[in-house]
Amino acid sequence: MADKLKTYPALRWAGLALIACALIALPFVLATAGTTWVRVTNLAILFALLALGLNIVVGFAGLLDLGYIAFYGVGAYAYALLASPQFNLHLPFWIILPIGALAACVFGVLLGAPTLKLRGDYLAIVTLGFGEIVRIFFNNLSQPVNITNGPQGISRIDPMRIGDFSFSQSEVILGLNFSGPIKYYYLLLLVLLVAIVVNLRLENSRIGRAWQAIREDEVAAQAMGINTTHVKLLAFGMGASFGGIAGGMFAAIQGFISPESFVLVESVMVLSMVVLGGMGNIWGVIVGALLLSFVPELLRHTVDPMQRYLFGHLIIEPEVIRMLLFGLALMLMMLFRPAGLWPSKVRKRELTDE
Amino acid sequence: MSALLEVLAVGKRFGGIEALSGVSFTIARGEIYGLIGPNGAGKTTFFNLLTGVYRADSGSFRFDGKPLNVKAPHQVAAAGIARTFQNIRLFANMSALENVMVGRHVRTRAGIFGAILRSAATRAEEAAIHARAWALLDYVGLAARGNEVAHNLSYGDQRRLEIARALATEPKLLALDEPVAGMNATETATLRTLLERIQGDGTTILLIEHDMKLVMGLCDRILVLDYGRKIAEGTPALVRSDAAVIEAYLGGELA
Repeated sequence: MADKLKTYPALRWAGLALIACALIALPFVLATAGTTWVRVTNLAILFALLALGLNIVVGFAGLLDLGYIAFYGVGAYAYALLASPQFNLHLPFWIILPIGALAACVFGVLLGAPTLKLRGDYLAIVTLGFGEIVRIFFNNLSQPVNITNGPQGISRIDPMRIGDFSFSQSEVILGLNFSGPIKYYYLLLLVLLVAIVVNLRLENSRIGRAWQAIREDEVAAQAMGINTTHVKLLAFGMGASFGGIAGGMFAAIQGFISPESFVLVESVMVLSMVVLGGMGNIWGVIVGALLLSFVPELLRHTVDPMQRYLFGHLIIEPEVIRMLLFGLALMLMMLFRPAGLWPSKVRKRELTDE
Repeated sequence: MSALLEVLAVGKRFGGIEALSGVSFTIARGEIYGLIGPNGAGKTTFFNLLTGVYRADSGSFRFDGKPLNVKAPHQVAAAGIARTFQNIRLFANMSALENVMVGRHVRTRAGIFGAILRSAATRAEEAAIHARAWALLDYVGLAARGNEVAHNLSYGDQRRLEIARALATEPKLLALDEPVAGMNATETATLRTLLERIQGDGTTILLIEHDMKLVMGLCDRILVLDYGRKIAEGTPALVRSDAAVIEAYLGGELA
């Protein structure tokens, strides 16, 4: 298959064009089943962004991070504080998103710096603690000066807007009804595309090789002149920036955020996406994110009606089944495909040889 | 011949044990300098001091005319000293080519933004890294194995790959920690030819080795350590007939 694509470049372009058309048409198809599905897709793309960011830290550099959602939170709060009635600031999104990315990056380095000497379980515990600390700060920074509005969260966050063009309002263009979520879909798709390109380029670069080297053997990497401190902080910073951008977009799309959105389970979820999809492989990670975002929604919409149809009433809550299947899926994965659904070549070698 | 590495009264203690006490010697540019001694003589301690893994309690190093102030191991490679490991430490799951490409890290510059934007400079640098890595694989005789995963290579090939990776950092001094340990006679002979070639191309070599035949045949000068002290230094012929050396080895291997 791959050989065929190489010998017939036209085939490759045709394939890409087909995928592009499908992605462009997708929201309208989904909209026929209900705008909810467009929203679900948007959230799935946000999670794909998060998974790509975490993949830099976990997949490329091999640093286990259990507090990743904190950077999503930092990005979200950065957006919310700079574009809401909270401080009566209403900056445009193209200024806030970079600020959010930078803020998350700073937090990434803040987390990275004290944990440089830690590995494996110890690193996981410290990052987990970090994630919780950030969330607790969001929860409590309402006193003595009200910054985050505490557990109530921040509402009436500005949607993204370019001049008069608002991403949240419905509009009819060329006879097609572009609802808010559909507009955001295209924006998110664009951002995802950029994120994929950035990830691919990082992977095949001097820095990407250095990440891989420290993951394989830190002592040997140092002997090759790789400044492990520097390179690890780069990984934390880069990964966090992705989270920051995703967080900013999340705040704008939802219009409301609270500390509830940035709990530990979310970190675990993003990590599961990376692990399930295939650590270190960009496409695998995206597949993981889409799967873990869509399957629960599908279950929510099928399990309930199906039980009512079969038994006349609800026996098992969809949420319970969701967690059951999720746990089962993870166990089966670890047994049969420990390197993930679509692993990177190198990771596959690492995880299957031992 | 001018001095490349000057070791000035370097000492290191571990608790009550003096692993290395006031050892001084000079490695001249272009020579192969051997470091031998019975087990526990302090060879590996010295190696770790030189490569920044440990810090010396006393004494100092001068390298290439400047004091060698190493605060972290990665600075050693930048200064121009590359090492291999006694128990091979390749990036086992990366290809042979990628291993050597990692070795180019310290002599290249592309940062994170260069990588993301893939500027002309970055692309040119990547191409150069690629070309140089292939050239080095060819140099050590692994050109045909470039795309193979490092841990699938034979033992001898892994040793040579480690040398190629070290050479990729453009070292002035190549420090080898028991490079022929565990090799058969043919592999040892091949490696010896390679080391002679590296020396011929102008790289100074520091060789820690137990294989006396190799050390005596290959080294220009040899330093013998015993219990952390220098007991002899000189040409192989001189060292071989030194009374203290013979005693340290109980006449065994050197007889």
